[in-house]
Order: sequence, then C-alpha cells, then structure tokens
Amino acid sequence: MSRPGFVLEVDERTPPLLVHQGEGFRLERLPLGSKVVYPPDSLPGVRNVDAAIEYALLNPMGIEPLPELLKPGMRLTIVFDDISLPLPPMQTPDVRQRVIEHVLELAAAKGVDDVELIAGNSLHRRMTPAELKRIVGERVFRSFFPDHLRNHDAEDSANLLDLGTTDQGEVVELNRRAMESDLVVYVNITLTAMSGGPKSVSVGLASYRSLRHHHNVQTLRHSRSFNDPPNSAMHHSYERMKDLIGGHVTVFQIEATLNNDTFPASTGFLNKREWEWNLADQGRYLAVKRANELLPTKSRRRLWQATAAPYGVTAVNAGTPSDVHPQTIANVHRQQLTEVQGQSDVAIFGLPYICPYNVNSIMNPILVMSLGLGYFFNLYRNRPLVRPGGTAIFYHPVPGDFHPVHHPSYIDFFDEVLTQSTDPAVLETKYEQQFATDPWYIQLYRKSYAYHGVHPFYMWYWGAHALEHLGEVIFVGGNRRTTARMGFKAASTLADALEIASHTVGTSPTISYLHAPPLVMADVR
Amino acid sequence: MILALEYQRSPARYLAARGVTSTALGSRLTGMVAGNVAPLRLVNHPAPDPPGTGWTRVAPRLSGICGSDLSLLAGQSSPYLSPVTSMPFVPGHEVVGETLDELPGLPRGSRVVLDPVLACEPRGAKQCRWCGTGRASRCDHVTIGRVSAGLQTGFCSDTGGGWSRQFVAHHSQLHGVPDTMSDERAVLVEPLACAVHTVRRVDMPSGASVVVVGAGTVGMLTLLALRELSPAVPIHVVAKHWHQQERALALGATAVHPPGRATRALRRSTLARMHVPERGSEFLLGGVDIAFECTGGASGLDTALRLVRAGGTVVMSGMPSGHVDLTPVWYRELSLVGAYASDAGGPDGERPDFARAIELAATAPLEDWVEPAYPLRRWREAIGHAVDAGRLGSIKIAFDPNRE
Repeated sequence: MSRPGFVLEVDERTPPLLVHQGEGFRLERLPLGSKVVYPPDSLPGVRNVDAAIEYALLNPMGIEPLPELLKPGMRLTIVFDDISLPLPPMQTPDVRQRVIEHVLELAAAKGVDDVELIAGNSLHRRMTPAELKRIVGERVFRSFFPDHLRNHDAEDSANLLDLGTTDQGEVVELNRRAMESDLVVYVNITLTAMSGGPKSVSVGLASYRSLRHHHNVQTLRHSRSFNDPPNSAMHHSYERMKDLIGGHVTVFQIEATLNNDTFPASTGFLNKREWEWNLADQGRYLAVKRANELLPTKSRRRLWQATAAPYGVTAVNAGTPSDVHPQTIANVHRQQLTEVQGQSDVAIFGLPYICPYNVNSIMNPILVMSLGLGYFFNLYRNRPLVRPGGTAIFYHPVPGDFHPVHHPSYIDFFDEVLTQSTDPAVLETKYEQQFATDPWYIQLYRKSYAYHGVHPFYMWYWGAHALEHLGEVIFVGGNRRTTARMGFKAASTLADALEIASHTVGTSPTISYLHAPPLVMADVR
Repeated sequence: MILALEYQRSPARYLAARGVTSTALGSRLTGMVAGNVAPLRLVNHPAPDPPGTGWTRVAPRLSGICGSDLSLLAGQSSPYLSPVTSMPFVPGHEVVGETLDELPGLPRGSRVVLDPVLACEPRGAKQCRWCGTGRASRCDHVTIGRVSAGLQTGFCSDTGGGWSRQFVAHHSQLHGVPDTMSDERAVLVEPLACAVHTVRRVDMPSGASVVVVGAGTVGMLTLLALRELSPAVPIHVVAKHWHQQERALALGATAVHPPGRATRALRRSTLARMHVPERGSEFLLGGVDIAFECTGGASGLDTALRLVRAGGTVVMSGMPSGHVDLTPVWYRELSLVGAYASDAGGPDGERPDFARAIELAATAPLEDWVEPAYPLRRWREAIGHAVDAGRLGSIKIAFDPNRE
C-alpha cells in the first residue's frame, strides 16, 4: 500500500530539501514553518501490462470491444502521442508500442489492411525516424515507416479536413486521413490531468486555424487550472470540438497512466523523501551532484537527456474519449494529488531539466517560463498554491541558449517580441499572426525539425494565468539578462529572493514548496 | 612654419600596422596600433604655398577624423590607392576653416567647408569627361596638373591637409558656411555630402526596403540622407552599440538590429528564408531591396551581400578593406555600386551634393555629434578615441588645430 501525499511543515529537525534547478539540483534549507507538498508514494505498476492492454481493448467504456469495431476493408488510423509525453521518456518498450502492437494484431486478425499510423504532434516539431522508432518499436517501425507511419503535418492543407464549427464558432480542422477513416484508435499516455481525453484528437491532429480557438490568452486565463478539466476553459473547448469530431469518425481511445518512478536507479534518491535517504542515497547525491557540476554544459545536457524513466504503468483503460478519461483522471489524481490547506504568500518551485518541448533539445528561456508559470504553477485544483498577488520563486539558471533547429521562431520571439512587450494579450494581438503565417517557419516546421512559428506564443500564453495572478516572479540562480527580458527578477539565493519578495508579501510570508518532480498536484482547500 | 600631422611613406610601419590589426586580437588594439605604429608624426614644417591663381590658404577651425583616415593609419587601406596619393601628406579632408586670401566672391576670412576632391579644375588640367559632366569625384586627372598626385586634399603632398594649422585649397573646393551654422555642424558637411551622394547613387522606388549596415558617422548620415531624400520604407539599421541604436531610432530608422541579430530580423521583416552554409554566416533567400555598406570593413560588406534579395543592390559607401566572398553577387545577380565622395549633381542637373548637405546640416538633429575637439599635440588620444568611438558612445572626433 503506497503512502498518500502529504504536507510537511518545516521545523528544526527537517533536513535540507532537494530542489531541482535545470540540469542540476541542490539541497535547500527552507524557512521554519514552510509547507512542503509531497506527492503520494509511487504506486505499484500493473504486473502484466500486456494483459492489462488486452483487457482494456476487450472491455472498453461506452463503446464496443475493439475487435467488434474492426472490419475487413475498413480504413483504420492509429494515432499516438508524440515525444512530448511522458517526461522524462520512459524506458523501452514504450507502453505505446505495446498498445499499438496489440491493436495491429487485432486488426490483422480481422483482415484490416488499410492501416496508417500518425504521430499526433500538432504544431510540435516532427519526430526523427529514430524518435518514432523508439516510441512504436522496431517491428512496427520496420513494417510501416515511412509510407504508413508519419508525423501529422498541420500545414499540409491538402491533408486537412474542415469539419465545420462548434456552436461557439470554433473551427475544427483536423488531419484528413484520420477524419476520413472508419475508425481512429488514439493511443495516449496521460502524465498530467491536462492531457488525454477530448484533447488528444482535437489538439494532436489539428491545424493552426483550429488550435487558435483554445490556445489563446483569453482561454488560458480562464483555465484555472488547465490541469483541472472541469474548471478549464481550454478543456471546455476540447469538449465542444469532440462532439463535432464524434459526428464524423469513431474514436477509440486507449489511455495509459504511469506511476511516479521518474528517475532511474542511479539517481533514485530523487524519487525519495529526503529524511528517508540511506547512506547509499546520500553518497549518490554527493557523487552525482559533484560529477554533474564538473561536466561541460553540452555533456551535462546530453547525459540528462539520455535519462529514461523506469515508470510503472498504473492502468490502461479504453473507450470513448468522454467515457475513458474520467477514469484516467482518477488514476492520475491517485498518483499525484495531495491536499493542501490554504494558499500561501510565496510558492517555491524547483524546475527540472525537461519539459514537453525540449526532449533531445535545449530548454530555452521561453520554455523555462512555460514550465514554471505554465505547467508547475497550474499543478493545482481549486485554487493556486500561492495567493493572488503573491510571489512565485522558481529555481532555474534560465540560460540564454536556444536550439537553432528545433526552436528558430523562439529565438526571434525572445529577441524581437519580448523586447517590445511581455503582455500575452499584446503579443497575441500584435505578433501572433506574423509568426504563425511566416513561410520560413512553416517550411522549417514541415521539412526540418522545428516547432511551428506560433509555438513560442502558446508557451507564453501558457503562463498567462500565472502572470495575471502573481505579484512577483523571481528565479533563484537565474541569468539576469534572460529573466529581465521576460519581465522577471533574478536572485542568487533563496534569502535574496525572499528579500526581494518582502516588498510584495512582507518579511514573514507563508511559504509553500511544491516538491516536484516526481509530479505532485496540489488540491488547495 | 606650421604645426601639422604628417603621414610619411614607411612600408615597414604600414605592414606592421596591417599585420597586427589583421589578427583577431590585434583588431581590438587598432587604436593603440594606429596611434603608435602608423607612420604619422607631429611636425613643424613650412606652410604650403598656393600653387596658382584661384587658390587660397585655409586655416582649419575643426578637422574631422574620418573612417578612411583610421583605415590608413591601421594599415587597412588598399594599396590600390597608392598611385593616387603623394607622400608625405597631411591627412584631414573633413574641414571647416577660414580663408586667408581674397578670392572672387569669397573674401578673406570667409568661413568655408572643403570639398576635398582634387579634380581637373583645381589642378588646372583639361577637363576630363567626368568633370565636364558634373561628376568630379570620378575625375581621371587626379595624378596630373599643378599639384602632385592625390585623390583628395588630405592625400596630396602639395596641398597640405586639415590636420594642420594651414593648407591650401582651390576656389572650386570651397563652400561658404552660413553664419548661423556652428563649426561643429559645419565639420559634418563633407561626410553628409558623401551620404547625400551615396543615396543618390541608386534609383530608389517608393517603398523600397533598405538596410544600412553600420551606424558610425557614415551610417548615421546615410540614414539621415535616406530619410530626407528618398522614399525608402522601411529603413533598417545594423548598429553594434547601444547608443548607436538609440540614435538611429531617433533619426527615424524603422528598426535597428545588433549585427548578430540582423539576418534573423531582416528575414522576419521581409518574410525571406534563411540558410546557414557549412562555413560562414547565414544568408537570406529573399531580403531587402537595397543595402548601404557603411562600415568600410569586410564583415560589413559580407553582411550586406547576404541580406539583399536577388537582383538587389549593395552600395559601398565606406572605403572597403579586406577580402569578401563575392559569391552572392554572382549567384543572386546583385548590383554592387560604389559611392565615393560627392559631386555636382551629374549631367541630370540635380543640385550639387554639397549644397544639399549644407542645407541638411543646418536643420538636422546633429547636436552633440562632435565631441570637444583635440589639439594636434594630443593626436594619439584623438586617434584612439576615434577608433573606439562606437564603444565610447561618440560619433565624430575632430581636431582643433588652433588649440594648444
């Protein structure tokens, strides 16, 4: 039986606590009385994943078992989540590979020949063949790549289909092959409560015309949080789109959830609570930290990016997106949700080396902002961990490095757009269209491995709710130039950060620290 | 006897300066090299005599230090120019001074600015095809006539130059300065005339997109001339230093970009495509219509060539130095246009560049462009300051030969 999540109140006996800081980490002594929000212990994974998958496919929710949906001569499209999930990438075999292999076996048994596999990468960068192979496995890759296994292309107008508009006037334009199929099987990994469900198809296979209806400042500001679908305007939009999609194609959704075994054995202490570190853990901490600090930047980045998580699969469920997703969310909550009493003046977050958009890449300053003020700030239900007008303190060096191939429009966004304004609404009105329709960015998105030109805007919008909510944002250890460009402050130490924050929250603020990763979601009462 | 800074022939010093400033480390020491290695000396020598009628002695009040002077002192000027100079000479061709002799229509004591080109008329030579058509800057006779070889005053051993207490100039080289114009503005007239000439060197359709590479004196004045005389929009400026960026915006640049950002910014502005070769800087397919190269450096010209669209034009305003990959000129079918000095408007009967420049200098926002002038004796500091002007937040450094 795993222990539930809990909130630790820092006292004299509390050891220094681990805080992630990009491609590194540190032990930090928090002020007495600080609340530390820990996730539940990692849940046990299912012992026989293949059996769980088979059971899910044969016992779906709200729809016939998969074998009954498969017919000879039908058009079957299997869509799967791209490299942005899970984080870090899981050790092979990826659970998506296992699910896809089961689906293909059933399809073959039913004489289904017209099968296409599409990565639901939306406006994310294309995955390289090696990255595709890592997700679907050698066997599937060899059988389907390149003609029948490919990345979704949101700028290939010939292969997009306009399904019409929702009752709120939202354009739904999605991948034509998928929408003209007899059956879409979507293979998802739900790492946070934001993902999966109606979002999978309506985002993963969408075009910019369609995405702009929910990926915008207004929607993000009213998604509180976007990890809590019932209270997320973004998810309400997905729901409306899902209804329209359901009128065109049957979607059979398979969702897997993972436990919190985020770090491999070599850095296993990162999965543990600090006072439970044994001597070996303490030794490993010192050795890894020292070695990590001695490594040149590129080697350090390569090493962290090569980390694969030994996740256990906690559940596999299948069904219609609407029916299966509540069950999936419940499983995510079981692993990540911790109840917290009350908001605090200051919330502390340690930002790790990875986010959905820098796998095998570089965490640039925009992605740091999106990870901190977007993903981590929104790891809450009911109310944010920090009160309105409070201060968020993030740990990250915020280096001014950009991946020139993956993030070309980010470079221009940082240098040309953020120098004019950091207000998401201003940026949206004034610059979004320019970037979204820039032919060079479109070419790089389609033919190279670049994120779409508009993507840095979405990352900035991801933090729109936090920007509106917070009084101050401080990065401990942050590069002063990059943080200032983004409108934030940098501090050398936590003491300095609290000193800066004292102008906003006073000299004796209440403090909460969201101890992640492994991921934890605060249920703030 | 007059005090003057004299540049002497010294191949060894020229090569030493060139050798040092051609290296990455040495280029950072250009000021020191120009001030200590270059064959420039402070001397007392006889004042030059007017070589004939129509000439006058001129006492400089302010004399600017030009990029071409610095290039010469750093050993970076091209040996191509050696036959059209005569050694030793006194540099200085951006001059506001006072005439010391009576000339028709120009009484003794007139405050004048100098058009330094030593063309057919001052030389007393038969008019060449260019001087006959108002294009004296292209004169074919700069090596003959009553004064020794020299493309300009400041490169001719017989005339003296502005970096002294006295030189000689022909009536045709001198333009009266309005009483209301300060010396600090007047000393900018010659480079401003060059900028006017530069802008007039290309046909510029309305709405042409333009980039000015470099934001020293030449770049800033080119921007000013573009704003006043051309329908170009937008005008981008590539400026290295913060104060240059601020000034360029104040002068009406549409946008300014640091050198490392220019290609990306212009790519976005012109919706071009950017490509990165295996070696060398990135370039655009697409880009601006016209680039004005105003640095005189190889990297500035290289940048300009990579920013212009196919069929576009690159105007070389700064005196060129170094070697540049000309592949874009061939591959993108670019027009490479030189712009040297100024002229009388050419056969089309346009107003002379100098007349236009004097008008512009009277009204343009040129306050604080000229730093307090150095006396000749402090020439090493002046040269050092001029070399580092961009970094130090200055635009134009000048000598006041009358200061002690």
